[in-house]
Formats: sequence, C-alpha cells, structure tokens
Amino acid sequence: MNNLAQFRNKNHVKILVKKLHSNYPGGTLKLMEVCGTHTMAIARYGLRGLMPDGLKLISGPGCPVCVTPASIINASIKLSELPGTVIITFGDMMRVQGTHVTGTRVTGTHVPWSEKTLEIRKAEGADVRIIYSVLDMLEMAREEKNKNFVFISIGFETTTPGIAISIIEAKKIGLKNVFFLTANRLIVPAMHALCRAADIQIHGFLCPGHVSVIIGYDAYREIADQYSIPCVVAGFEPVDILLAIDDIIERISKKSAGVGNAYGRVVTERGNTQAMDIMHQVFKPVRAEWRGIGSIPNSGLDLRDEYTHFDALKKFNIKLVSQPEPKGCKCGDVLRGVIIPPECGLFSKTCTPETPVGPCMVSTEGSCAAYYKYGVGAE
Amino acid sequence: MCLAIPGRVISIEGMTGIIDLGGVKRKTYLQLVPEVKAGDYVLVHAGFAIQVIEEEEAKATLELLDEYFRSEETRAEESR
Ligand code: SF4
Repeated sequence: MNNLAQFRNKNHVKILVKKLHSNYPGGTLKLMEVCGTHTMAIARYGLRGLMPDGLKLISGPGCPVCVTPASIINASIKLSELPGTVIITFGDMMRVQGTHVTGTRVTGTHVPWSEKTLEIRKAEGADVRIIYSVLDMLEMAREEKNKNFVFISIGFETTTPGIAISIIEAKKIGLKNVFFLTANRLIVPAMHALCRAADIQIHGFLCPGHVSVIIGYDAYREIADQYSIPCVVAGFEPVDILLAIDDIIERISKKSAGVGNAYGRVVTERGNTQAMDIMHQVFKPVRAEWRGIGSIPNSGLDLRDEYTHFDALKKFNIKLVSQPEPKGCKCGDVLRGVIIPPECGLFSKTCTPETPVGPCMVSTEGSCAAYYKYGVGAE
Repeated sequence: MCLAIPGRVISIEGMTGIIDLGGVKRKTYLQLVPEVKAGDYVLVHAGFAIQVIEEEEAKATLELLDEYFRSEETRAEESR
C-alpha cells in the first residue's frame, strides 16, 4: 500500500499540468473544492500557481469547524459552565469563538462568555477534554458515573457514522450520563444551495475524497444532472487532484457534466452503505444553519425520536440563539467562494492564526488559515 | 477534519482491531466495516475504520495510472 510516491511524483505532475494547459478551453472557469483537506493540499502543493490563466480554484464550505454556527459554540461554552459537566470535543474546536463583540481581546481581563472559546474555558478550570475517537467517551462515562459528558458533535459524512455508532452503543449499555450537542452537516444539500445562489457561478466541483468513501460518487449525480455541473471525486495527493481537475475540464469542454471518480483506490459508486444505514438509523435530516452561509434545507442531522434522550440541548434546556458574525469578518463570503481570503479587509491585519477573528482563520483547515500559511502568492 | 489514513489490520477482537498505521499501532473500531479480516488494509478516520481497501482494485487503479503516464510520456517524447 505504500504507493503514495506515485501520487506525488513530480514528473507525473508535470505531465498532467501540461495536458491541462493544452486542453484548457479558455475563458474563466471556477472549480470549487468542498473539503478542508483539499483546501490545505491545494495550498501546500502550490497547485493554484500551476493552473492555466482563467482557471480558478475556489474553496467552499468544506471545513466542518468553520461552518459550525456560533450558536453551537456559545451553547458548548454554556454547557461547560454547568457543574459536574465534562465537554468532549475534537481538538479543532478548542479555539473557535462564539461571537466576538469587539474584534480585539485583552488577555488576562474578563472576557464575556460569548467571546469565549473552549480553550479559555479549560484555562478557567472547566473540564474540557480532547478525544481522538468519540467511543472513548463512553469508557470515560462508565468510569466517572458522577459526571455528565457532552460531546460536541460536528463533522460531515466521514465522521458522523462513527458518532452514530457511539450513540447506539450508549443506548445499548444504558449509559445515562452521555449527551450529544449535534451539529453534523451533510455536504450534498450545501452544494445544492451553492448552485442556486445568484452571486456565485461554479463550473465544476472537486468532490471530497473521504466524504465520498461513505456516500459514494453516485451521490453527486443529482448535482451534475440538475445544474449541468461536473462533479469529480479527488484524493489528496497532487496527482489525485490534478487528475480530477483534468477530468472536470474535459467534461466541461465536451459539454457533458456527469460524475467522475479520480480516487478509485478507496471510493466506490455507492460508498459504504452500511455506514450510511447506521447514520440514518440514528439521525434524520433537518434544515440547519451553516456559519456565514445561513440556513440550508435538509443539510443538518437531528437525533431520531428513540435517541432524543441523548440530546444535550433538550437535557440541559439550552436554546440555540443565532448570532451575528464578528464585525468585518467575511467568512460567509469566503465559505461560499464569493471572495478569496485576501479580499477580506481584516486578513493578515487584525486577523491572523494567532489572533483569529473568524472561524476560517481558527481552523487549521480554514481557507483563511491556508492562505495565511502558504501565502497569497499561491493565487 | 475529514482526514483518513490507510493502515493494516494486525488483529481483531470483537468490534475492535489493532491497526498498524505506518508503524504506529492503534486501537480502531470496526463496526463500519464488519466484513474486515486480519491482514486487510483499511482507511481509518477518528478511530473508526471507514472502508476496507480492496487491494486488487487499488492495484488495478495503480496499474492503469502507470500505463497512462507511460503512454503520456511516450507521446511527449514522440512529439519532441
Ligand atoms: S480573514 Fe477570514 S477569518 Fe479573518 S476576518 Fe477575514 S474572513 Fe474572517
């Protein structure tokens, strides 16, 4: 299985780039990737700089941390203030703020709760634990019966089936002290919303590799057919991504959209149907808010009736309150591919990875963080 | 966040397995790939194996790719 070298091979990259240049039909074409790992890979390997003139690679809402609404962050901060409560989270969520009122934070002084992060709460003494796998939480909960455990449940289809397993398992063993703050999202409904938006035109989708492992490449057919936009699944090495871009360009030139799969070593037509079944057994699709983008029908997941006793919001009687975005932050436009990060007035001025203003700079996979780390020169 | 890495299943006990992820051995949950066997390669994400990598297919893809690059290289040489 150690054949990754082939997918980083410089010669292969050269061949593909050359082919891309000679096949490029000209004019402006915008290809959007909807996966934070692609955002990072494209920036890291400097792929933007290799594209023909007019071919723009733009980032969409592919970073689960970035699209998690401020209301969820605020709820998780509130939950962390309840006595005897342990917050369990993936590491990426630690530094995201709820709503940021002023734009500057004076460290060492009192911070209003809406500006807090889980990292600040931990420093203040709250029990916040980072885990690698959500099932590990069940073991903690079994050992520490006197505490309530709340998992901040975010992620796309790659992550959600594992969370569903944990919920099924918690029910099976009858755990009474684990709860889930659910903010999982589905990628295809978000793509629909982008295709319908009046202010962006997308000519092709570079579809997320590991989401597709679960949902299968056929899941994008509805997008390709309905909007005549080619959808091609890509892996994460430079050769994978270039093969997918080549395929998209070829489809655009031939005027036959369709779906393609340039990540055949792990992605199949139907994906992991068992994982999908497990996910649907626990969750049902609902209208949900995406940070900076707004509400999208059928794009979120709620616990089904037989699992609602695991719902942290219900259990602790917390209401989600929509929050305006930090002043001056253009994450919404960045997440929809309307602007690129340097076009935000705060980029690298007041907003840097050390002092992030919006979630796209906080998350290591956020577009703003990617542009900051690998340079605007990539454009 | 959707990063997933390939590893080889060393041993299986019930619904958990020990997976060799590039030299690091890690406990991994196998509920999403019930058909998995020791020795298989799987893709691992957040502690769960999310797909069994069909070695034959992976090999076939690689061979196709190899062929593709070889023919492209010859073409490039011929057109020189
Ligand atoms: S650079 Fe990005 S994260 Fe920072 S304020 Fe602008 S849009 Fe928001």
